[in-house]
Amino acid sequence: MQRRNFLVAAGAAFLTACNKVGETETFAKLVEGAQNWHRGLHRSLGGGRITMAPEYTRAELSPNFRGNGSRTVGTPEYDAAQAEGFVNWQLAIDGLVENPLMLNMEAIRALPQRTQITRHDCVEGWSAIGEWTGPQLSAILNTAKVKEGANFVVFHCADNLNGADYYESCDMDDAFHPQTIVAHELNGEALPIKNGAPLRLRLERQLGYKHPKFLTHIEVVASLDDIHGGLGGYWEDRAGYQWYAGI
Amino acid sequence: MAKGTTLPKKRHALSTRIWHWINAVSIIVLFMSGLNIANAHKRLYWGNDGYDPAMAWFTHGKFPGWATIPDFYSLAIARDWHVLFSLVFGFSFLAFMIAAALNGHIVRDLFARAKEWRWSNIWTDIREHLKLNFEHGTGKYNILQKIAYALVIFIALPMMIFTGMVMSPGMEAAWPWMTDLFGGRQSARSLHFIFAFGLVGFLALHLVLVILAGPFRQIHDMITGGRE
Repeated sequence: MQRRNFLVAAGAAFLTACNKVGETETFAKLVEGAQNWHRGLHRSLGGGRITMAPEYTRAELSPNFRGNGSRTVGTPEYDAAQAEGFVNWQLAIDGLVENPLMLNMEAIRALPQRTQITRHDCVEGWSAIGEWTGPQLSAILNTAKVKEGANFVVFHCADNLNGADYYESCDMDDAFHPQTIVAHELNGEALPIKNGAPLRLRLERQLGYKHPKFLTHIEVVASLDDIHGGLGGYWEDRAGYQWYAGI
Repeated sequence: MAKGTTLPKKRHALSTRIWHWINAVSIIVLFMSGLNIANAHKRLYWGNDGYDPAMAWFTHGKFPGWATIPDFYSLAIARDWHVLFSLVFGFSFLAFMIAAALNGHIVRDLFARAKEWRWSNIWTDIREHLKLNFEHGTGKYNILQKIAYALVIFIALPMMIFTGMVMSPGMEAAWPWMTDLFGGRQSARSLHFIFAFGLVGFLALHLVLVILAGPFRQIHDMITGGRE
């Protein structure tokens, strides 16, 4: 009995210690360091080439692409836009660019398109395979001409989840990656509402929360400090998710 | 032991001892934070994709707070622990394997000789274990120990590392062939889960045997090296 009590007490003490350690500044620094190590390993094990997420065939498509997080926007403006088939939806590109742009859906469809069948991995653990079509983000950024000193691209969205606007960000390496596209089609049809109609970012080498939906505004910035909570994304600010979600 | 063969002065080499304790902490932290992560999605699948109950081969219940790190549900904090200790676990294992190859531990102590594979020897060993007799002559490990340690060191631990790497989308982009090797990302996730529980099974058995074989000497030797 005593031994059992000892084990229970030791277990509880261990968990309390873990909670305490988890709250320290040192732990946060170690985790940030570990994140950078993982990222460095991903880059160096790729041998210096542009690493690509695997692409699949149509036979491998998931029967139904799951929708998660915000499954709609739910504002009167969004409902009105949906009713008219998103013909007046606009995507703004500004910040550290020489030519700020305002693209409508027609302009987005007129750009050279990339179609890719990729696997979407949610941080929760599930995966779904879908075929996405849209212009490469690099094409849009090249038209807008990114200025020197730009370090990050921020994606603002129409959806508000639990009282905060959804947003995400990535570095310039991911922004100009060939598989990073602004998708308006899923499996050959206009993007469904639950998957982010009418525009959703695909950032294929990272987890699902880095693929913001209902895109309205792309902003090129030098630093993430002044954007919302400063951590580079909705879940990063709100729940402490890692900014580099390639792990 | 035949003349001419020299045994190391210590029962356990310094590199083995350091790794043993780093690994013990890593495995416990990774398993417990892993259970917290598993609570985010309680189904397992085979193949590349999987998201709804109809596709699952296994559904588990919620792992209780006393078994997880942190002791409340937090996917973000659990992932912080997991991401940090995956590096500690992976690199300490790599260092141990290099040291164990160089100092002869693997060939001398873990590889079984042909005569050890005889049924009579294996059967004798099983009987001695059942009698709780852990004195096993001059060799360091008996055949059952060699099988158990080899399964852990050459199969289970590398499987944890590689299936974990497959689940990193950034890593997968660098080495996409690894995903195919395990039959897809969700298969890798399932294997990660299965081998994790296999290792916990090993840990339980290991602890029981240490206790039966004399825990004070065993723990003392794994700290100081023993024998002198």
